[in-house]
Amino acid sequence: MYVELKDINKKYGDFYASKDVNLSIEKGKLVALLGPSGSGKTTILRMIAGLENPTSGSIFIDGKRVDGLAPSERGIGFMFQSYALFRYMTVFDNIAFGLRVKKVPEDQIRSRVKELLKLTNLEGIENRYPNQISGGQRQRVAFARAIAPNPSLLLLDEPFAAVDAKVRQDLRSWLRDMIYRLGITSIFVTHDQDEAVEVADQIVVVNRGRVEQTGTPSDIYGGPQTAFVAEFVGQSLPINDFYKLRGYEEQKNLYKGAIVRPEFVEVFRADNPTFKELVPVADRATVEKISFRGDHLELLVDVKGIKLTVSRALERRPVSVGDQMLAVVYRLYAFDHEDIVLLNNANLRDYEAIA
Amino acid sequence: MDYTEQTKQKGHNLVKGVLITISVLFVGIMLILPMVSVVTNALSKGFSFYVHSLTTEYVVSALVITLLATLVAVVVNTFFGIMASWALTRFSFKGKHVLATLIDIPFSISPVIAGLSYIMTFGRMGWAAPVINWINATFHTDLQIVFALPGVLLATIFVTFPFISREIIPVLNSEGCDEEEAAALMGAGGFTIFRKITFPKMKWALIYGMILCAARALGEFGAVSALSKTRGKTFTLPLEIDALYLSGDSDSIVSAFSVSSILVILAIVVLVLRNIFEYREKKSSNESR
Repeated sequence: MYVELKDINKKYGDFYASKDVNLSIEKGKLVALLGPSGSGKTTILRMIAGLENPTSGSIFIDGKRVDGLAPSERGIGFMFQSYALFRYMTVFDNIAFGLRVKKVPEDQIRSRVKELLKLTNLEGIENRYPNQISGGQRQRVAFARAIAPNPSLLLLDEPFAAVDAKVRQDLRSWLRDMIYRLGITSIFVTHDQDEAVEVADQIVVVNRGRVEQTGTPSDIYGGPQTAFVAEFVGQSLPINDFYKLRGYEEQKNLYKGAIVRPEFVEVFRADNPTFKELVPVADRATVEKISFRGDHLELLVDVKGIKLTVSRALERRPVSVGDQMLAVVYRLYAFDHEDIVLLNNANLRDYEAIA
Repeated sequence: MDYTEQTKQKGHNLVKGVLITISVLFVGIMLILPMVSVVTNALSKGFSFYVHSLTTEYVVSALVITLLATLVAVVVNTFFGIMASWALTRFSFKGKHVLATLIDIPFSISPVIAGLSYIMTFGRMGWAAPVINWINATFHTDLQIVFALPGVLLATIFVTFPFISREIIPVLNSEGCDEEEAAALMGAGGFTIFRKITFPKMKWALIYGMILCAARALGEFGAVSALSKTRGKTFTLPLEIDALYLSGDSDSIVSAFSVSSILVILAIVVLVLRNIFEYREKKSSNESR
């Protein structure tokens, strides 16, 4: 393991910003620390960087115990959420800073900075100041500055938070490609699950200072191990009295609640031939709200008092508010405290075609 | 424009006119007129008298003491102001708020009290008297603080102490310390970080603070008055003006005005510098957005 955190706790007064955090990250991986704001993901990143010290536990980078070492002795590059570019230095001097501090000879600095300017497509603006360049360029300068001294580990705090939505998409794929090209082990913090799923090889879901689950994006998405992960990742809708739905009546006293995703629900009209096998096991559903989502519609339907969100392709038959339809929930995540299971609709066990 | 809008506009103009008149009258009566009267009174006995009254032994001595006290106050307070604001904005420690409040004491305390408290501390009956006596006995010196030049310098430093840190602290607080952290992560030492990152941020605020500090130091009366009793030796310009004016004969009153005109000229110079640097500071903080 390239980066390892063992039994890390971080206390501020009586508050645990990190609680029993254990993490292992393989060399060359691009890892996302995903969690809501205030979950403690940035604290973990800052402890790896050495900007904060853990109250207890140990941190290893490349087999070497680093807690207690100064940030600059850990061989890391750090990209701040605000980028923290040095505003009174040019782009060139910003990128060169880490090398100058290390007393690298000036001709080597010049060639390294030139190389990075080329790599990050910033040639021609090296004499400008940070306030004279665009948000996207600033992010690339911050990236170039972080990797200039050839760190063995790159840490990025919300790398896309400071750019607008349109630029963000381009930067995501750019950053991903760049990190792969350089082969540098990287950890980034994000609260955006789409970002984590799209960019990372491995996701660490953090909640209330604890690691909830670690895995590949598809593990996390398809096999949530805690109620929190099921709810936080994907478009998820928590419901309490799920046992009212047909196919789940027997589970009534076994679980506390459930989480349904839009793709787990089918809503159709009674006369739709495609779903005629489903009619006998379906519940009646009333359309309460229709929202246009660009490439699809989002319906809010009421099934026995339970509100479900469903997405509907635009090319299907039009619906309007108040329409009486039928609904089947194929599967859902049922949870009891921390344990979570995927329940399939009991009435559909015979319909293999649907699963 | 319809009728109602026209009347609204008229009302606007009326308010504007009244406000401008009041402000101009106020500034004129309270500030401009007295300044003009200083200059006219100073020159009322002719230019040669004016020059003569500025070159008496007492006035020259007072000018030297004033400039010396101002210079020392600016240098000392620049040093401590930078240290204090650096500590208060870049580190967290116990008693930080207490320290921040203590720095402001000279703003809220009467300068005369400051002067008296120095007498109680460094005077013959003061707390520090045994230390001063010991120094004098050991090194065969004749160090005296109260009623001597060191007292004048201390008093001036005391009253101007907060000016510089009060200008720098808000600037450093609003800029955050991400840049400093970034530099530290790359291995830059504390002094390099200060020189390359923190100092450029505070530069204009610092210069502005130094000017305010100088302006205050030039005009200080109360605290210095408590600690300085020898005319021609430890008197500063404001004390000399006071002495001239109080001596009562018509020549010395005109001389008092002549000496005052030096302070007026210095005040105008400071004002112009202040405006220049205020403009530069604004410009640089806008640029950094």
